[in-house]
Amino acid sequence: MSPDPSTVLTLQGVSVVKDGRTILHPLDLTLAERRIGIIGRNGSGKSTLARLFNGIETPSTGTVRLGDRSERRALRRAVGFVFQNPDNQIVYPIVEEDLAFGLKNLKLPADEIRTRIDAVLDRFGLADLRARLTHQLSGGEKQMIALAGVLVMRPATVVLDEPATLLDLWNRNRLMQLITGLEEQVIMVSHDLEMLAGFDRVLLVEAGRIAADGPPAAVIARYRAGAAC
Amino acid sequence: METRDTVFIALFAAIMAALAVFPPITLPLLGVPITAQSLGVMLAGGVLGARRAALALVLFLVLVAIGLPLLAGGRGGFAVFLGPTGGYLVGWIVAAYAIGLMTEIFWTRLTHVTAFAISAVGGIVLLYGIGIPWSAVVAKVPLWTAIGWSTPFIPGDLVKCAIAAVVMVAVKRSYPIITPRGAASAPR
Amino acid sequence: MLTEAYIPGTSPLHRARPLWKVLGLIVICTALFAGPGWPTLGLGGAAVLAGFALARLSPRHAVRALRPLIWILALLFAVQLWLSGWALAGFVVLRFAVLILAAALITLTTRSSEFVDGLMALLAPAPAWVPKARIALAISLALRFLPMVRDLLEEIRQAQAARGLERNLIALAVPLLLRALKSADDISAAIYARSFDAAD
Repeated sequence: MSPDPSTVLTLQGVSVVKDGRTILHPLDLTLAERRIGIIGRNGSGKSTLARLFNGIETPSTGTVRLGDRSERRALRRAVGFVFQNPDNQIVYPIVEEDLAFGLKNLKLPADEIRTRIDAVLDRFGLADLRARLTHQLSGGEKQMIALAGVLVMRPATVVLDEPATLLDLWNRNRLMQLITGLEEQVIMVSHDLEMLAGFDRVLLVEAGRIAADGPPAAVIARYRAGAAC
Repeated sequence: METRDTVFIALFAAIMAALAVFPPITLPLLGVPITAQSLGVMLAGGVLGARRAALALVLFLVLVAIGLPLLAGGRGGFAVFLGPTGGYLVGWIVAAYAIGLMTEIFWTRLTHVTAFAISAVGGIVLLYGIGIPWSAVVAKVPLWTAIGWSTPFIPGDLVKCAIAAVVMVAVKRSYPIITPRGAASAPR
Repeated sequence: MLTEAYIPGTSPLHRARPLWKVLGLIVICTALFAGPGWPTLGLGGAAVLAGFALARLSPRHAVRALRPLIWILALLFAVQLWLSGWALAGFVVLRFAVLILAAALITLTTRSSEFVDGLMALLAPAPAWVPKARIALAISLALRFLPMVRDLLEEIRQAQAARGLERNLIALAVPLLLRALKSADDISAAIYARSFDAAD
């Protein structure tokens, strides 16, 4: 399946400098594959890279483009973002209200909002959580709801920043199963090398540069070799 | 106002509520309990600055007014504003703003001493200046009687000012979010 | 967690719009302070008691509403007795009791969420410079953060207890504030990522 060219993310000469410190050195990237992983050590700049994709982070130089558009608004409409800690992502006290939050910001009509929420809850088998207080959900349920809150916006691409770090093994497996089944393009920052082995492409970020880029096996092997010494 | 400011305001309203469940400390000699909530008023000003602190207190008091039991002892509802001590609650907004304003002005010179003085001026002088006449009027007692009611709380409030000063300076060192007043062009 | 004082019911008081109830409270309040003493107090007291009956609330609820203030009212009664005699002492204390019961009546018959909806409905026709969406967001966020911050405090308290500092306000407040403030960056990024615009 060849990707729709209007939703391909490209980065041209993008760098990020904060308080005089270079977080990311200038880089060029075209992200057309359906499943892309990003790995790297803590503080390597991989989270900053991920946050460029939907405009949470603005580049100090260069441009992030989606097809031929580069406005931040276009980026965040087409690219959803799931954070490591769902507690920082859930905005409303009740699940249904939270799922509706992004849709209301898009000024969608009420029945369209309801249909979309029904659809996403059914798809995840989470219909019974609908009226629950978000605070009372388990960590795994919270992360599913955070992902659902992004998917109701119908993005072309979902970026996930270490989504399973705070989850137990069962919830991690359930989340990964869900992610594997997504039709959307997935870009995932992760330490979960086992999961990334099934991806189309993996980027290794080291000290603010892309140190390796290619099929998972080769990139992961290089990452492992670096950690061994 | 940015979204981040809205988040700070909502977070601090929730922190005010959390402070209600801090264990009250009873002063050894006077037997007057110190609750942590008025400490929260000083911290709101000293951590968020004038505008955000006042709005955080408004938001917190709105949540109290609509019936959530967020005040120390699980009190809430409109009734708390109508009792003899209602003036202190309204005074919280003014005190938080004043403490925030003074913190912004003295930001570059904020030490334990200045932070203590700021907390005392806003959290004791100004707050009592609103609370005492208010209770004198609504309870129909002479001003001196109302002053007499409040004096036992002053030692405890001085302790809170000292705690607030230490916390304000600690937060300034590790995660400052206040922009000093009149320093828009100065390097950060 | 968010235990409200609300007592479920279907009485006219339960069903009335929160705005009317608040306006009613303001009227009673003003009347009690500006009106001609005992007659208004009697009238107000009767109205509030009728309200309790109408809402099918038990005397227990009234007692519970007054209990937190019982010592302050007792002290006030003693002071007034000493200053000016039985009549004024009784009047001042009863006036507080009626005010507090009137306010409790509203709190007991109205869900917090009704107030929030009422507030938003009230703001709907407000001019453009009123940041309506931002106010709605702030209220929702605060309700969402209440249990989160309480959990955070409990977690910090346990961590400090391991060092014997669980009653030290500084050891509790500094980490609580720092963690809450630091999470604000992620939270606002998440709100941004879900298309919340400053312009509303």
